[in-house]
Amino acid sequence: MKADQRDVLTGVYYIDGDVASGYGALAAGCKFIAGYPITPSTEAAEAFARIAPKGGAMFIQMEDELASISAIVGAAWAGAKTMTITSGPGYSLMMETIGYGAMLETPFVLLNIQRGGPSTGVPTKTGQADMMQARWGSHGDYELIAIAPDSPQELFDHTIKAFNLAEKYRCPVMIMADECVGHMTEKVVIPRAEEIELEPRRWYTGPPDEYIPFKPDEDLVPKMVKAGSGHKLFISGRLHDERGYPVDNEHFELKYVRRLIDKIMCNKDKIIELKEEQLDDADVVVVSYGISSRVAVRGIEMAREKGIKVGNLRLITVWPFPDERITELAKKVKAFVVPEINYGQVVFDVARCCHGNANVVLVPHGGAGVHMPDDICDAILLGAKEERKIEKVIEFKTQLEKLVFKGGSKLKE
Amino acid sequence: MQTPKTNQQKKIQVDSSSMDRIHPMENVLRMDRIPHIWCPGCGIGLAVTAFAAALEKAEIDLSKIVIVSGIGCTGRVAGYVKLDSFHTTHGRAIAFATGIKVANPDMKVVVFSGDGDLIAIGGNHFIHAARRNIDMLVVCVNNFIYAMTGGQVAPTTPLTAYATTCPFGCVEPPFNIPYLADSSGAVYVARWTTLHVRRLTNAFVEALNKKGFSVVEAISPCAQYYSRINRLGDGLDMMRYYHDNAEIRNGEDTKNLDIDFQGKIIVGKFIDRERPSYTDRYNEWLSKVKGGENEPG
Ligand SMILES: Cc1ncc(C[n+]2csc(CCOP(=O)(O)OP(=O)(O)O)c2C)c(N)n1
Ligand code: SF4
Ligand SMILES: [Mg+2]
Repeated sequence: MKADQRDVLTGVYYIDGDVASGYGALAAGCKFIAGYPITPSTEAAEAFARIAPKGGAMFIQMEDELASISAIVGAAWAGAKTMTITSGPGYSLMMETIGYGAMLETPFVLLNIQRGGPSTGVPTKTGQADMMQARWGSHGDYELIAIAPDSPQELFDHTIKAFNLAEKYRCPVMIMADECVGHMTEKVVIPRAEEIELEPRRWYTGPPDEYIPFKPDEDLVPKMVKAGSGHKLFISGRLHDERGYPVDNEHFELKYVRRLIDKIMCNKDKIIELKEEQLDDADVVVVSYGISSRVAVRGIEMAREKGIKVGNLRLITVWPFPDERITELAKKVKAFVVPEINYGQVVFDVARCCHGNANVVLVPHGGAGVHMPDDICDAILLGAKEERKIEKVIEFKTQLEKLVFKGGSKLKE
Repeated sequence: MQTPKTNQQKKIQVDSSSMDRIHPMENVLRMDRIPHIWCPGCGIGLAVTAFAAALEKAEIDLSKIVIVSGIGCTGRVAGYVKLDSFHTTHGRAIAFATGIKVANPDMKVVVFSGDGDLIAIGGNHFIHAARRNIDMLVVCVNNFIYAMTGGQVAPTTPLTAYATTCPFGCVEPPFNIPYLADSSGAVYVARWTTLHVRRLTNAFVEALNKKGFSVVEAISPCAQYYSRINRLGDGLDMMRYYHDNAEIRNGEDTKNLDIDFQGKIIVGKFIDRERPSYTDRYNEWLSKVKGGENEPG
């Protein structure tokens, strides 16, 4: 299915990532965004609000984030493609309903322009410390998809990608961007509508009285209908059977909740997108995502100038995590270097997948700023030099840390 | 002798039209989910009965109605009514329903939930949906307590009444729900008890046919918690209390509708007015935007 001409603002733009995501949502056929203003994500909502009426879409500013995400789940069941936009505190408020959306197998997109935390934190500056919250933030077992764009162009492209994944797997999809990418202004090329491929909703088209709302297709994803189409749906966040009726016992918990996980995990190969460079003969591999991957490029260049064989693996999809790929590489390389704007989140999944076969170096950075490429280069050198197998994640001491603590984190020395 | 004959004829007619039905309301109830979970003496079933009767009376296309509940004993209502039904999260029924309504304005949307769900955790959505005048009927079953979780205090618990988390009596004044709805902008506001099944049914019919944010409060016994904790007897005793203390005052100023512990309950239709609904305003605005009349600021 191709994008609708009326929704696509074909042309070459010089815009920031937030705005690009708003344009991407419309191009993806999003008809409803509900949101609540929060820096640094607001420009995406503002951009969508301006262009929505022409595309037959609407933006509504709800009374809070609890309402925003509830409204988009409702609107998705009324048949619309929907998205909400938030950051930091707003993201925390949305957690319960993210799980509700996952339980109901509702396709929707959530754009999180991450800022520095915790709490109110640093509203106007960057962060990547919501990565684990994206995966585990709502209570109970479930899986969803999270992607991490690293440029305004990708915020356009990946917003469309997020909608396509949401429809295909009927799950919430998180766009885990960050303030740098959201507020960075670059060239964004919006193609013509016929060049944009869209995933249609998995509509059920059989006889209404034979519809079973949670009966999965072969790829474990069920077909959907919308409210108002005569199916007498009963949709509940309670544990339910294939009819949607509440059940309590452990057999159903196993059968049904397990499928919510399996429908993502068994389709991992189709979902995961990675960008790999010079991995063939690499001794060290930098694993990064979002703005950190842009900074890492310079660090990698510097290390190569020093003769280190270093490869680059960028996580475009962060969740589900590419376990098998990391495990396979761990058998060949000496170390992974993971720069992220937090004190260690995705790095522990890299370490988990190494099974002790390679060292793992974390290059931490608190919110409100990005790494120095020199730090990433030095971390690569450290990884290349270390011959012993270190039985923990090695925490690289950045120049900033040395400056602030005069020689290292006080607690740890 | 003429009159009883007509009555009998009428009765026979009703019977024959529902002859193939196992239950007179099986059209609108999910018979495969019965028995329900509610306790003996609970009033929620009466509110559902009134609602089911109203659905048949209001003559609206049942495939175009959505019923949305939050969480609680009353939150289970959506699961027993044979409409497109959604059982949402605690407090978010109105927000969820707002999404459905604006994404598909052809739908008739009903929110059916408890006092705690709608007025405490969901209170913000309640006042904002009223302000926007979203076209929906909100049925609030007010049993003065958090029943599902075992009898904790609610923002509707009368002063001095006991609750498990107010073991020495409630110290906070309760919300007067019709006043809250009225002052937030609702276009239809009524309160009945579950003793007034016929009037409650009529209120549902009127509210279903009303365009805009309509609120019907149904005061209802919680035999398991509220009346037991407060030593008020069982469900039937609560009905007796309603019978002796409910006073019908249609058109009463909503300011005067506070409920004291075991005091008078003023019931009736208080508000029935016109205000442009959200959808109407939106469509008018949209045509201006599209026609270039409303320029971006
Ligand atoms: C976020 C959240 N907090 C708390 C609960 C627990 N809980 C379930 S029902 C309920 C109260 C329901 O009270 P009310 O809305 O009055 O419904 P009733 O059971 O009285 O009909 C609470 C607190 C929950 N489900 N979700
Ligand atoms: S606990 Fe109270 S409100 Fe809940 S079903 Fe029992 S009587 Fe009804
Ligand atoms: Mg209650």
